[in-house]
Amino acid sequence: MDGLYALYPLLRTIWIVWFFVLFVGILAWALWPGRRQRLQQLADIPLRDDARPGR
Amino acid sequence: MMDGNVAERPGGVAEARPAAPEYVDGPIRAFAIATVFWGVVGFLVGVVAASQLAWPQLNLGLEWTSFGRIRPLHTSAVIFAFGGCALFCTTLYVVQRTCRARLFGGEPMGWFLFWGYQLFILLAASGYVLGYTQGREYAEPEWYTDLWLTLVWVIYLVAFVGTVIRREEPHIYVANWFFLAFIITVAMLHLGNNIALPIDLLHAKSYSVPSGVQDAMIQWWYGHNAVGFFLTAGFLGIMYYFIPKQADRPIYSYRLSIVHFWSLVFLYIWAGPHHLHYTALPDWASTLGMVFSIMLWMPSWGGAINGLMTLSGAWDKLRTDPALRFSVAAVGFYAMATFEGPVMSIRAVNSLSHYTDWTIGHVHSGALGWNGFITFGALYWLIPVLWQRRAMWSTRLISWHFWLATLGIVLYITAMWVAGIMQGLMWRAYDANGFLQYSFVEGVAAMHPYYVIRLLGGLLYLGGALLMAFNVWRTIAAAPQPAAAMPAPAAAVAAE
Repeated sequence: MDGLYALYPLLRTIWIVWFFVLFVGILAWALWPGRRQRLQQLADIPLRDDARPGR
Repeated sequence: MMDGNVAERPGGVAEARPAAPEYVDGPIRAFAIATVFWGVVGFLVGVVAASQLAWPQLNLGLEWTSFGRIRPLHTSAVIFAFGGCALFCTTLYVVQRTCRARLFGGEPMGWFLFWGYQLFILLAASGYVLGYTQGREYAEPEWYTDLWLTLVWVIYLVAFVGTVIRREEPHIYVANWFFLAFIITVAMLHLGNNIALPIDLLHAKSYSVPSGVQDAMIQWWYGHNAVGFFLTAGFLGIMYYFIPKQADRPIYSYRLSIVHFWSLVFLYIWAGPHHLHYTALPDWASTLGMVFSIMLWMPSWGGAINGLMTLSGAWDKLRTDPALRFSVAAVGFYAMATFEGPVMSIRAVNSLSHYTDWTIGHVHSGALGWNGFITFGALYWLIPVLWQRRAMWSTRLISWHFWLATLGIVLYITAMWVAGIMQGLMWRAYDANGFLQYSFVEGVAAMHPYYVIRLLGGLLYLGGALLMAFNVWRTIAAAPQPAAAMPAPAAAVAAE
């Protein structure tokens, strides 16, 4: 238990670093030029049915 | 993805469309009607509250109609009854369509959610009028109502996630990410902010377990994230489905929508302490809230640009489709309110704006402009689809609704800006001898004309909503159109 308390400040700092790395990773993944085409195709999902007024 | 039904899935772009599953629509229709109904009720109670501020005698001298009880009735009716029903309606509609899967739990699930949520609304509202309240902003319902909402909400989460898991579409469309973030975060906030002990198991009143500044911080962690995840993330899910549907073109940038989602989720949760500047809360905490609020500019504007640019190449549709005009104006108000909010979170600005009517004006440019308008836009598209009508009964009435409501908002927020800044300046004015220049009641008296203008704005907004209710009723009452006889999409039915 005491060991955990001692670790707490370190874990807290690592948690911030981890979140930052995770967020930057998400940005890099989403904005990677090679993924552009494939991701933009997903934008069609809502339009793949005929639902509109007067269907 | 989960059921191994690989052969029937279309590969990427739609060429071969498998037959759509039989979607659960009955409860969604009920939620759509409830949204219109609670909208009218909520706006009406708002008009009553605004009248009481202009003419205090209108509280009728009765405890049940006093301002302190009417106000939470108004905020909960518009946020949780109108906004909540709109979110139930659209989440359940969108998750089925974008996953191409029937609602998990089917019709009984949908109807439980509908009646369960209506019961929550009635329990909460009756509590306020009778004087049972936790006195926590946007979390006024007492412990028994909170317990019931917890049950309904967990089942909502099960229904939503269950539908996502049984999806035929391999990718989870971004609107569903926003919806899921909304459902999960609201569950967490609700549990965190309602840790309370009833004074007796047979008594409606309870007291919060945490106390002092910790309690205040938990409350505003809740309060601001209710804005962030109920009124923002949830309604952004509406934007990401219904604007592409109305404009009949895909969202401007899917990659930007991913960045929008994650940056919003990473940042919003830290912004709460900006509600507690100059209080017992340590300065570092309120500075943290302020910094994160300002960082929120980026995802908010990124998202707003994403919504608006979806119209690029199709701006002409705004002229003929007033329902789309609602959705696009909503995104404009989203951009405006999310610009104003971070400015007001800056400590120096907050020292002027806090506790004044500026805050009320800010909240209403978000609620009336963003939440209201995006809901109206979605409803005007969704109601003919749900009832299989060719279009809304009257496009002209939609146009009237739009202009009445827009004028109403303009009157409302400009009156509150002037009133709020004047109020803040009067409170901090000193005379040559260092005494306060104005007594409090002088500030109240100076507000009167602006309160009357605000009431007028509210009346216009309510009038627009009544036109919508009439239009919706006539649309539903009209004879269903046989499928062959309706070639034109709504946008082709020209206004004027």
